[in-house]
Amino acid sequence: MTNKKEWPLWEVFIRSQHGLAHRHVGSLHASDAEMAIMNARDVYTRRNEGVSIWVVRASDIAASSPGEKGPLFDPANSKVYRHPTFYEIPEELGHM
Amino acid sequence: MYAQMVKTGVEHIQSKEEMSPEERAFQDRVDADIRIEPKEWMPEAYRKTLIRQISQHAHSEIIGMQPEGNWITRAPTLERKAILLAKVQDEAGHGLYLYCAAETLGVSRDELLEQLNSGKAKYSSIFNYPTLTWADIGAIGWLVDGAAIMNQVPLQRCSYGPYSRAMIRICKEESFHQRQGYDAMTKLARGTPEQKQMAQDALNRWWWPSLMMFGPSDAESVHSAQSLRWKIKINSNDELRQKFVDQTVPQAEYLGLTVPDPDLKWNAERGHYDFGEINWDEFYQVIAGNGPCNRQRLRTRVKAYEEGQWVRDAADAYAAKKAARAQVKAA
Repeated sequence: MTNKKEWPLWEVFIRSQHGLAHRHVGSLHASDAEMAIMNARDVYTRRNEGVSIWVVRASDIAASSPGEKGPLFDPANSKVYRHPTFYEIPEELGHM
Repeated sequence: MYAQMVKTGVEHIQSKEEMSPEERAFQDRVDADIRIEPKEWMPEAYRKTLIRQISQHAHSEIIGMQPEGNWITRAPTLERKAILLAKVQDEAGHGLYLYCAAETLGVSRDELLEQLNSGKAKYSSIFNYPTLTWADIGAIGWLVDGAAIMNQVPLQRCSYGPYSRAMIRICKEESFHQRQGYDAMTKLARGTPEQKQMAQDALNRWWWPSLMMFGPSDAESVHSAQSLRWKIKINSNDELRQKFVDQTVPQAEYLGLTVPDPDLKWNAERGHYDFGEINWDEFYQVIAGNGPCNRQRLRTRVKAYEEGQWVRDAADAYAAKKAARAQVKAA
């Protein structure tokens, strides 16, 4: 091996044809963005899975840490009134 | 399976009382079927065992391209050639999904490839057998991919998120692999007597190595017990092997082919087929590097890697040049 430098890791996002947003599908190694898109085409869309590809260097993603899970997400637990099922609608009104 | 006899490094299974609070919280999450994600706390033995298991699985996909690749240029029709190309390309893809899953555990791709190329890492015993005729391609899809599916379907529910997601993708594609193999076998089995004989010969040679894919009985193994507890293994080797035999025997009968096992017979009491003794000595020989093709497989792999060096160097040089130009422009 003359070269020990590992290609950077890219996270791959694919948008399917059904109008949904780009969705994370996995990751791969590539020397640059162009190659990452070409490789993503081969690795993640062999069966018509998508019509658009985003790639982003994994090192450029900022993520919440598992330790913050409580402070970040617990406050939503007690706010049941944010869901439509919290409210009782008289049956005679029908669908609302 | 594609990962056979994965060691966990543990000597006995801890009770909940023996565990540290962190270990107990971890095991509770696993018991509750909550997926473990990359940055969360996990026992070191869990992490190491998973790296071993996932990378063995990945290496098997990559080496598994060789026996089938052997027939791409000699496929009997253009359609069969296109199908085989697509299948072998899928195997490369499966290897890549799995390497990515392993990397989330803190090992680098280069380390994994180094372990494969140096012969330090194991891959499934099955890929050390030669593909002598076109019928072997049918037999591999039908039997080898069939056996792989047995193991991979339950692993979709395994406790480690990235591994489970890779398995879900792989299983979606694997069904095509098995069906195209059975389809190729069907064509031969219904062909001329010579073609049928070719199919029978392939079944004769691939049947026992396929049963060995599940690994030796692990009913008494502490490693298997630990892996089951961690939910990175879902069924015992014997359970999966029995399931595979029960499923495959009627498929062979439908083709009018004979499973090469004189002891094979339906056991109405058990509701399963009984089958003969597996030659585990052969299995251990293959695992130890003395199968028919071990050296050839590794040599081919290393050669491909070395001959690809200039491509990797060129890609690096090109990326560096582009980055330098972008920097000049920005300045």
